[in-house]
Amino acid sequence: MEQENILEARNITKVYPGGVVANHNVNLEVRKGEIHALVGENGAGKSTLMKMLFGMLAPTEGQIFVDGKEVHFSSSSDAIAAGLGMVHQHFMQVPSMTVAENLILGAETGNTFKVDRKEAVRITNELSDKYNLKVEANEKVEDISLAMRQKLEILKALYRGAHILILDEPTAVLTPQETEELFEQLKLLRENGHTIIFISHKLNEVKALCSRMTILRDGKTMGTYDIADLDEQEISRLMVGRNVSLDIEKDEADYGKNIFSVKDLVYVDYFGKTRLDHVSFSIRQGQILGVAGIDGNGQSELVEAIVGTLRQQHGTITLKGQDISHAPVRARQEAGISHVSEDRLKYGSAPKLSLEDNTISKVYYTSQLKSHGLIDKKKVSAFTNRILKEFLVKYKSSKQAVSELSGGNVQKLIVGREFDYDADLLIMNQPTRGIDVGAIEFIRKKIVDMRSKKKAILLISADLSEILSLSDAIVVMHEGKIVGYIDDVKKTTENELGLYMLGVKEDSRERIGGAYCE
Amino acid sequence: MSKKFTAIRLLCAFAIAIAISVIIILLVSEEPGTAIFNLFLGPLQSKRHFFEVFSSSVPLIFTGLALGLVFKSGNFSMISDACLYTGGVVTAALAIEVALPYGVHPIVIMIAAAVTGGIIGSIPALLKVYFHTNELVTSLMLNYVFYYLGIYTITKFLADREAGAFASRKYAETASLPVLLDRTNFHLGYLIAIGVVIVLYLLVFKTRFGYEIRVAGSNPQFAKYSGINTAKVIILTQVVAGAVAGLGGSVEQMGMYQRFNWQDSPSYAWDGVIIAILSGNNPKMVPFAAFFLAYIRVGADLMSRRSDVQNELVSIIQAVLILFVTAERFMSGWKQRREAKKALGGEV
Amino acid sequence: MDVLQDILRTLSLPDFYFAMFRSATPVLLTTLGAMVASRSGTNNIALEGTMLISAFVGVAVSAFTQSALIGFLGAVFSGFVVSSILAYFVLKLNSNSVISGIALNTFASGATIFVLYLLTGEKGASTSLPSLTLPSITIPLVKDIPVIGTILSGHHILTYAGLILVVVIWYMFKYTRLGMHIRAVGESPDAAESVGISVKKVKYIALSISGILTGMAGAFLSMGYVSLFSSGMTAGRGYIALATQAIAAGNAVVGMLASLLFGFCQSMANYLQSSSIPLQFIQLMPYLIIVIAYTIYCFAMEQRKKKKQFREADKKK
Repeated sequence: MEQENILEARNITKVYPGGVVANHNVNLEVRKGEIHALVGENGAGKSTLMKMLFGMLAPTEGQIFVDGKEVHFSSSSDAIAAGLGMVHQHFMQVPSMTVAENLILGAETGNTFKVDRKEAVRITNELSDKYNLKVEANEKVEDISLAMRQKLEILKALYRGAHILILDEPTAVLTPQETEELFEQLKLLRENGHTIIFISHKLNEVKALCSRMTILRDGKTMGTYDIADLDEQEISRLMVGRNVSLDIEKDEADYGKNIFSVKDLVYVDYFGKTRLDHVSFSIRQGQILGVAGIDGNGQSELVEAIVGTLRQQHGTITLKGQDISHAPVRARQEAGISHVSEDRLKYGSAPKLSLEDNTISKVYYTSQLKSHGLIDKKKVSAFTNRILKEFLVKYKSSKQAVSELSGGNVQKLIVGREFDYDADLLIMNQPTRGIDVGAIEFIRKKIVDMRSKKKAILLISADLSEILSLSDAIVVMHEGKIVGYIDDVKKTTENELGLYMLGVKEDSRERIGGAYCE
Repeated sequence: MSKKFTAIRLLCAFAIAIAISVIIILLVSEEPGTAIFNLFLGPLQSKRHFFEVFSSSVPLIFTGLALGLVFKSGNFSMISDACLYTGGVVTAALAIEVALPYGVHPIVIMIAAAVTGGIIGSIPALLKVYFHTNELVTSLMLNYVFYYLGIYTITKFLADREAGAFASRKYAETASLPVLLDRTNFHLGYLIAIGVVIVLYLLVFKTRFGYEIRVAGSNPQFAKYSGINTAKVIILTQVVAGAVAGLGGSVEQMGMYQRFNWQDSPSYAWDGVIIAILSGNNPKMVPFAAFFLAYIRVGADLMSRRSDVQNELVSIIQAVLILFVTAERFMSGWKQRREAKKALGGEV
Repeated sequence: MDVLQDILRTLSLPDFYFAMFRSATPVLLTTLGAMVASRSGTNNIALEGTMLISAFVGVAVSAFTQSALIGFLGAVFSGFVVSSILAYFVLKLNSNSVISGIALNTFASGATIFVLYLLTGEKGASTSLPSLTLPSITIPLVKDIPVIGTILSGHHILTYAGLILVVVIWYMFKYTRLGMHIRAVGESPDAAESVGISVKKVKYIALSISGILTGMAGAFLSMGYVSLFSSGMTAGRGYIALATQAIAAGNAVVGMLASLLFGFCQSMANYLQSSSIPLQFIQLMPYLIIVIAYTIYCFAMEQRKKKKQFREADKKK
């Protein structure tokens, strides 16, 4: 029996200014009264699609239908009016206002001169009771838990009359118990006749909650399936499997000494969430250790802890026998760390400054760039041009601003800067994210070169083919923990890694312990 | 494209400022010809006036450098006003109370003024780093505190009771900067200012500290990942900026005055804002921006003396310039149309 | 010892407290203005210049129309115009609000003198302009109460207006739709936009209100107890308001207290002029005390924030 589609996206394409294709002929059909999962890795195009459905972005091509009628949203208000509600990943709330005030904001009770707070509280409690979404109407939002903020976000949508709810990775901020509670509430909503689109990349959650799923990969739809018809292996393959694999020639591993290790690294953030949970591993000279995992499972915190920008962690970090757990950033660099950060424009460069200024950031204070005690322009130019040429950066002048370069060229500059610095440990955090194929291939080759030069390399990447083709050994992170350790990369597959990453599979303590050695 | 666009935008801002001043003159003046002529060409009429432009630009160079440095580090403190004023007071004290030989006297005074300026300059920065205050708010308040302290020092210890108005006793002759050209007031201070321009240029572009200022001001996150101590940079930058402003106060006093009579705080620090903006926070360009402003000022003075239009017109020109030069979207429509045209043209 | 006696004697005078309210009035009105702007997310540095222009326009308009009321309206309207110019540059042309504010202050200090000279041929003060003042008001019953009557009755109409506006602004933020929108826009513009509030429109309204309130402050300066405009007569009150509003952190009542602190220092300064304390020390006190109060406030807020974060972390461990 063909069921009625309450929301439908037909052949949606979105091209961002600058030519990035975030969605390409994406199709989505959501039936009335179902909980529909939209799954895919980070960067697969989920958020872009949702923003278009909610009127925050205009599609370049394609059509959107609500209740069978074509709609053209020019803003979120239009989408709200058509009965859509969105629970953003970053809550759209005013922290200093109460729960009830946030609920009615923009559609206030009372009149212009007096907002009726009593009525707001009454409505809040009424909705809260009706949908079993317990909130404290009179508490300020800044004082309530993230779980309650999320309930408020759902109530806000319901108050505005939404019957189609879009939840963007709602469980990212929740504990397992809170997640379970949320699922009960969502099921209750479904029974009340609401339709829910649930965006996630956590397989177990999708299986527990949803009936059908649409899978996105690289901005394209991989199809819509009944969840019962697919096993985890299959989903994992559809989600993370890649056809394009850039082959890298690599010598047999020839490890030297064990020069870097972290032991029992623990980090609890300000909100009390455990970001790193007893992480231990070692890297030898000439070894590439890959860290696989879906974004946001502790990889960024791990890197920050090692380079020294995160100072509140516990545990020991040792480089060449020296305890650097509490050393400042500069001291760690000088002890022998180079770092290619995950966001090249935010942390890896100063985009408004020149190529020269960005290339010398690790050595600007050393004597190699100075003559007569002052930084020597010629030496800086020579130093910069040497690195840029060696790393095949396409540029007009070493004095132009970094912001004028393409992403791939910026990344090559940063990799050049970090590799030129004579470090023993190279941390590569998402080294090829969002850059062109030529640059990807080049940077991967350079990483292999450094391996031949007996550097210890920590490679963090959300791109599994990259991890598989470069690494000698792999640890997989899930929710701040190492859940898998693979010492022989040849014996594993993307699918197996996918299972670890999605939290379906976990190695024994003993096996994971193998990642660390004295 | 971007450089050319900046230049065109700058020209348009100037054109608007000039047009507005001409319109105002035409509206209020009975002798608009004389007024306009003197405003724009007055300083070129005689050697004396032309060099007056240079000497008037001296304090502007100092505050322009100081403000530019502070802006470059990503901060917004107006404390240079207090540094300059107090630098002037220190100069008065040392020029009156201390006897030193020619040559040595000005040097001692300048060092003392710079040190004082540096110390004062550090206060808003220290408050910002350790107490999380907004440096603009604290510096605006502290400017008044130091202004009154200065007035107190002058009236209590250095005042000339004979003089009819607020003024200190006369400075020792050893404590003045020599005039370099006959029948002008072009004094050694200009060369000192240029010297400081060079020093700051070297500091900003040729030293480790300057690099740290530029990186921390441009992208603090990147600075952190590069191992730069950003709190230290904030404090030291303001110390240097304060010292430059303090030095400016002493040079101005020694070059242009025989006694201290700043009853109101001169607004050089506020003028420093426009100099810093016009120079793009680059020390190298500061003398030119300062020359421009001083030129208009001298022109305006001549205009007010020789016609019925008052020199406060300059403030209006200054304000219009700042507004349009810093308006990010000013003419952005024009730029977009150009780009669109280019892009479409490229496709054909 | 003499000094202490002087201070104590001053504190015992009802007139002193009357003067405190009087000195606090322009700062109070401007603080409220700064607060409305700041809560909408724009720092209005142009208050100093706005106040100066309004003070001038009030004098000029009242002199030419011979109506204090029209003069007052002119002052308020000019405050509105100046803040609209600021809003145009900041909201429409994406200018930096601080730099645009500085530009407008520069403009104000020059333009007021420029026009003053055109009107009077003088640059210092508008002595030759026959401008008017707004009235003071005695409160019938209150005036007869000893001490309290002296302190609270007989104030200038704008002093009472300021006190009433404290309540109005407090009420606006707490109860009205506009107040809620201003708070939302200033605190999380994304959240406001997502529920259909126009961020730019709300910011424009907030800046306009701040201009109007500051215009009233300007009118008080030149049409309050004196009927005179003098160049630079605002003497940094617009900047003081930035500090007092920062201390107030969006609470109109605290803003009033901070303004009264300034009024207290200022009128103390006036009373102690004949004492043995050097005049300049007395004059700098208001600024110094405000900066100290502000620093303490910021430090306390930071500690509170830290404590809260640690408490959160502890709770969850």
